[in-house]
Formats: sequence, C-alpha cells, structure tokens
Amino acid sequence: MGEKDRTLTLLVDNKPDVLARIAGTFSGRGFNIENISANITLNPDITKIIIVTTGDRATVTKIRNQIKKIVDVRNVSYLKTKKSVQREMILAKINFTEDNREKILAAIEEMECRVVNQEADAFIVEATGKKDEIDRILLHFQSLGMEDFTRSGKIAL
Amino acid sequence: MKLTGAQILIKTLKAEGVDTIFGYPGGSVLDIYDELYRSDINHILVRHEQGAAHAADGYARTSGKVGVCLVTSGPGATNTVTGIATAYADSIPMVILTGQVPTPFIGSDAFQEADIMGITRPCTKHNFLVRKIEDLSKTIREAFSIARSGRPGPVLVDLPKDVIQAQLEEDKTIAAKPKSEDGGKSPDREALKQALEMIVKSKKPVILTGGGIILGNASEDLQKFVKKVKVPVASTLMGIGGFPGTDPLWLGMTGMHGTYYANMAISNCDLLITLGTRFSDRITGKIANFASKANLIQIDIDAASINKNVLVDIPIESDCKTALVHLNKLLDENGFAIPGEEREKWIDQLGQWKAHAPLSYCNSEKIKPQCVIETLYNLTEGEAIITTEVGQNQMWAAQFYHFDHPNTFLSPGGLGTMGYGLPAAIGAQIAFPEKTVVDIAGDGSIQMNIQELATAVNYKLPVKIVILYNGYLGMLRKWQELFYGKRYSHSYIRNSPDFVKLAEAYGALGLRATRPEEIEPTLKKGLESPLPAVMDFHVEPEENVFPMVKPGTPLVETIINSEELR
Ligand SMILES: Cc1ncc(C[n+]2csc(CCOP(=O)(O)OP(=O)(O)O)c2C)c(N)n1
Ligand SMILES: [Mg+2]
Repeated sequence: MGEKDRTLTLLVDNKPDVLARIAGTFSGRGFNIENISANITLNPDITKIIIVTTGDRATVTKIRNQIKKIVDVRNVSYLKTKKSVQREMILAKINFTEDNREKILAAIEEMECRVVNQEADAFIVEATGKKDEIDRILLHFQSLGMEDFTRSGKIAL
Repeated sequence: MKLTGAQILIKTLKAEGVDTIFGYPGGSVLDIYDELYRSDINHILVRHEQGAAHAADGYARTSGKVGVCLVTSGPGATNTVTGIATAYADSIPMVILTGQVPTPFIGSDAFQEADIMGITRPCTKHNFLVRKIEDLSKTIREAFSIARSGRPGPVLVDLPKDVIQAQLEEDKTIAAKPKSEDGGKSPDREALKQALEMIVKSKKPVILTGGGIILGNASEDLQKFVKKVKVPVASTLMGIGGFPGTDPLWLGMTGMHGTYYANMAISNCDLLITLGTRFSDRITGKIANFASKANLIQIDIDAASINKNVLVDIPIESDCKTALVHLNKLLDENGFAIPGEEREKWIDQLGQWKAHAPLSYCNSEKIKPQCVIETLYNLTEGEAIITTEVGQNQMWAAQFYHFDHPNTFLSPGGLGTMGYGLPAAIGAQIAFPEKTVVDIAGDGSIQMNIQELATAVNYKLPVKIVILYNGYLGMLRKWQELFYGKRYSHSYIRNSPDFVKLAEAYGALGLRATRPEEIEPTLKKGLESPLPAVMDFHVEPEENVFPMVKPGTPLVETIINSEELR
C-alpha cells in the first residue's frame, strides 16, 4: 500500500504538556503531521486527539507504536476511513460588490454552505464536509475571489 | 504533625529502597540537602552534574537497581542532560531529581531557571513537574515505577522550591507503590512454538543478543537454552556479558568492529534469533544485506523496536527472560531433536572462519593497547567490572576482555558518550565496594570527566583507570587515515597533561608504562593499590581497531586487518 492520509485517534491524559510530547515524537522521529485537532471528551481527565499523517501502512504502525509508549497516552487507534465519519470545517471570507452579490450568494447556496455573517462588502461563510469536499469548495471560493479562510483539523467518530 | 516537601521526598525515596544518591547541591535544592543532612541515605558528592548522572547510571547497570541523582535547577539540571541521554539510549533505569524555581516564577526567566522538562522530553522515558505538594510522593513513586518497568529508562522529576518547602499533614503524605507495574507481557505461545520449530529444524542458526538480555536478567536462561539447542551466540556491544565470553559457542561481538566470524555467521546463517536488540546501524552494516539468507525471529520487550529497522518473520513481544523460560519449558515438555550432523557442520564452518581471522594483533617494541587489556584480563581473572569511554579504547575492551557475567561490562553503547567511564566506574564501585572496577579510557575521553577523580579520592573508592594514551582522538584519526587521505584534522591532541602528576595532584596513585615489559608490573601495582589509580600506558600511537566494516557496506565485507586495505 502506498502513501496516503491516515488518521489516528488518541485518548490521552489531559495534561498541559501532552501535546508537546506527541508533537515531539512526530518531529523527533521524522514523521509528518498533516493536521491535528484536540478536544475534551465526556471524561474531563481525558482529551481526544485526532491526527492525520501520511505514509504507508508500515510507517503508520511505527508511529502508532512510538506514540503508544508515551506515558500519558492511554490508547491509540487507527481510524478506518470506511467505517468512520470524518469532517473538517472552514470559515471563509468572500468579498462582494453590488454587481456580483447575487451571483456569489447563489453559488454559496448551491454548494450547501451557510452564510454566518454578512458585512458591508463581504460574507463569512461556513462549510463542513470531508476533506475532498472542503478542497473542492475552497477552489470554488477562490474563483469567487475569497479573501481569507481558516480551516479546522479533522474530527472523526 | 506536618511534613515539608523535602521530608516527604526523602521518606518516599526511603520507602522505594533508595540507599544511594549521586548529586550536587544548589540554591533550589537546599531544603532537600538540609533533609539529607539528617538522613541515612548515602549521598555521593560528585564534581560535575554530568558525573552524577553517569555515576547513577553505572550504579544502575551493575546493581540492577534504579540509579538516583539529585541536582539543582538551571545549570545543575542542564549539566545532567548528556548523562540522561546516555541512559535513555541504553535503556537504563534512573530517576533524576532536579530543583526548579518556585512555581509562581516558572516561565519568567527567573535566576537559574531552565525548562528542563522541555529540554529532556525527548531523552527521558517520561518526566514530571510536581506542581503541588499533594502530588509529590505519588509522582516519585510513579517515576520509579516507570523507570524500571517494561523497557527501562531515565525519568526526570522537576521539583519547584515552593513545593519542597510547603507542608502537608503526615497521614496524607507517603503514597503506596503504584499497583500495576507492567512486567513482561506474556509472549504469544503459538509464535514461540513456531520459533522453536524453526530453531530445531535450522541447519545454520545464530543467536544475536542485545542489551535486553542483560536488562531482562535473562543470562542464565539463555545459557540453559543454548545448552539444549546448541546454537552459537553473537552479541551487540550492549549484550556483552549476557553469554559467557569463554564458552565455545560464543562468537563475540558483531557489527562495525565485530569479529570476522560473528559477522560471517550472521551473513550466512539460515536463522537468526535476536534477543533484546534493536538492530542499530552499527550492528547491521548495509541493511539490505543483513542476515539476508536467514529467517528472523525477533524477541523484544518493546513493540516499537520490532520491525523498526529490519523486517522479521516471527516477531515476539516479550522480555527476554519470560520468552526464554517459555522456550526452555517447551523444549523440556515436547522433546526435540536437533539436526546433529548439519549443526556440527555449521559449527565446524564457524571454527574455520575463526581460525582464518581470530582477534589478534602484532607485538612490537611499543605497547599494544590490546596487550594491555589482555594482561588486565589475565590479572583480574576476568572478574573485574569494566567501564569504558568511547573510541578505540572501548572497542578493544569489548574485544579483548572476555566477559563471563552480565552487568560487568558498562559501555555507553547507544549514545557513544566520551567521559562516561570514570563516573560510571565510581557508581559501580559504590554498588560493589569489594570488586575490582576498571575504567578503560582513551587519553581524549578521560579528560571529559577527569574531575571525578576527586570524588573517587574523597570517598576512598579504589577505582582503576587504564589510559590507552595514543596522543590522538584515535577512532577519528583512524577514519581520517583510511577515508580522508590521512588529513589528521584536529584529531591530534597535543599537550595532554602529565597524567601521573595529575593523579598525584588529586591524591590518587599515578603510574606510567612506556614499554611492553612494563605492562604487567604497572597493572599489578595499580590493581593492588587501595587508592584510586591512574595507569597511563603510552601505546602505539597509530594502532587501529580491526576488524572493521565500512559504513554502508555489508557485514560480509568485514576488513580483517590493515593489510587488506593496501
Ligand atoms: C562527547 C563526545 N564528543 C565527541 C565524540 C566523537 N568521538 C568518538 S571517538 C572519539 C575519539 C576518542 O579519543 P580517545 O578517548 O583518545 O580514544 P581512542 O580512540 O584514541 O582510544 C571522538 C572524539 C564522542 N563520541 N563523544
Ligand atoms: Mg586516544
């Protein structure tokens, strides 16, 4: 199997330096973090971290074995794409003029995105979706003259 | 009654069975030192914190206990880093206690503040910052537990001064041992059976031991196993002592400076059984050719070390002892027959390789370093604890002293830390006051922690230092000779001190030998002395370590001697 994005879900002790330990293990051993998200769980002592990395299966197994050794990491699982729901989110700022306002709005709607804020000359648009959907939406927004955007890490279940 | 953090710390250390600490005081640990003043814990005052870390390491490697060191914040803590990284590379159980500025000052660039947590994160098995006195005892307990369990390693505990000075009701203070200390995981029985079948069937098997055989206390079980299955044993530097160096089935060290026959054995075997080794680049040579004719069985306690550098056929996650106990039991239960004739042929072949290129050297008018070590071996009857520095001295020690017992060869194999040998010898001597402890050193390395001679003198530790004085950073000079057109760029170390006078200045015995016939009397005199003794052997300056495998070349291309290079 070749290189592709692979997702690891970590359950870790909610301690201040646990992210540094994980990030350090990746950088120290030459592994790649494509994106990362960390957040609370139902148990306040435990944080869930989702990391997307690239590499073949063997590399990801190596990463997993190294991450497992971190004392504060309770569990590492490999997220099978087919069996899980995975989402990313973006907020994008798209400028408009009187002339193209309607056209842009229609395009946003067509892509099933939501305008969450409207300024005098710009929309703030929210979109969620799988990675490739988000990639496509971003391309489209760019063609509409998107000024700026932020993109979340992946969350998955 | 209330106890201070310092009192809780000492009480918990005592509860852990700590009787010796290697350390050096400073402002942020004064309260702990004040408590030590009243305690019966044996504190060894070193002369540099790096020395404390290596001494704790030497203590741990010989005694099997967790080594402990205590230093102050900032520079005290950063000075231990090389020692910690050395222990980490070799999986040595240690607990390093560092002072820290009071918690309200952390992050403020306070005087003698260093982010030792951040600095040591990648070179400790784990580290802790204790933020409240309530966590202190429990954290210390956990630190010890983590240090010695599974694949061992150093654990650092950072102790802010306010936590050490705070007070807590006595009944809440001393934590119990953590419940679950993950010992060896039970190895997969099916995999073991499969492994055994392969071993019994194999015509040309070899066992390769690493540091795990010693850390896992598996030496006796290995000997029992080898007696039954008659498989020759090669070892990494770290595994030396795990199998008797005088046993006929011993092949010696393998890898870059391994014996020709061990390297040939690994290159030609049909089955390689590895016990507690991670296949470092110093062992494998060109990795594509490593044991390329063999099936591989890897037994290791650390899942992350399995299939990491080399892909194996049968991975077995287990500590070496548990695996060998199981294997021995399976052999006893099931009975087995090893292919006698084929196996004899193989052992015969190994004998031929050995006869073709035994470890050897040529005597000359100058002292040969190998001869110094051979004589040392004979005089100590192979029973000394040997520590090494790094360089050619280290390789000759590994080649020419034949180690029959585990925990008697202490060498910074993973990190290759010059300056390790003397403080490690001090730690070993503290653990075994009655034994002969010798640091085999180079004239370069010894100068990296020479200050610890004062520690040895102060505690009347009769450690012996054998300096193989060649006037060079010899290992580097050799590479420059062979691969850099003899351009000896900064490997010639001019103006070393007069080591005899230096020893005397410290209050140790200083001896020098410059001719071969002086080797034995010098060693005898030094070994018999009740004082620490520095024996300065002026050896052939350009003597090179052989055999050698050039980096990036396969083990079969082992170069036996310098003639081969001409
Ligand atoms: C702390 C440290 N610095 C540098 C090196 C690189 N190095 C490896 S061997 C060596 C030469 C050691 O010289 P010496 O102690 O005289 O030993 P010899 O090889 O001459 O026996 C050096 C500089 C090292 N291993 N450790
Ligand atoms: Mg030298």
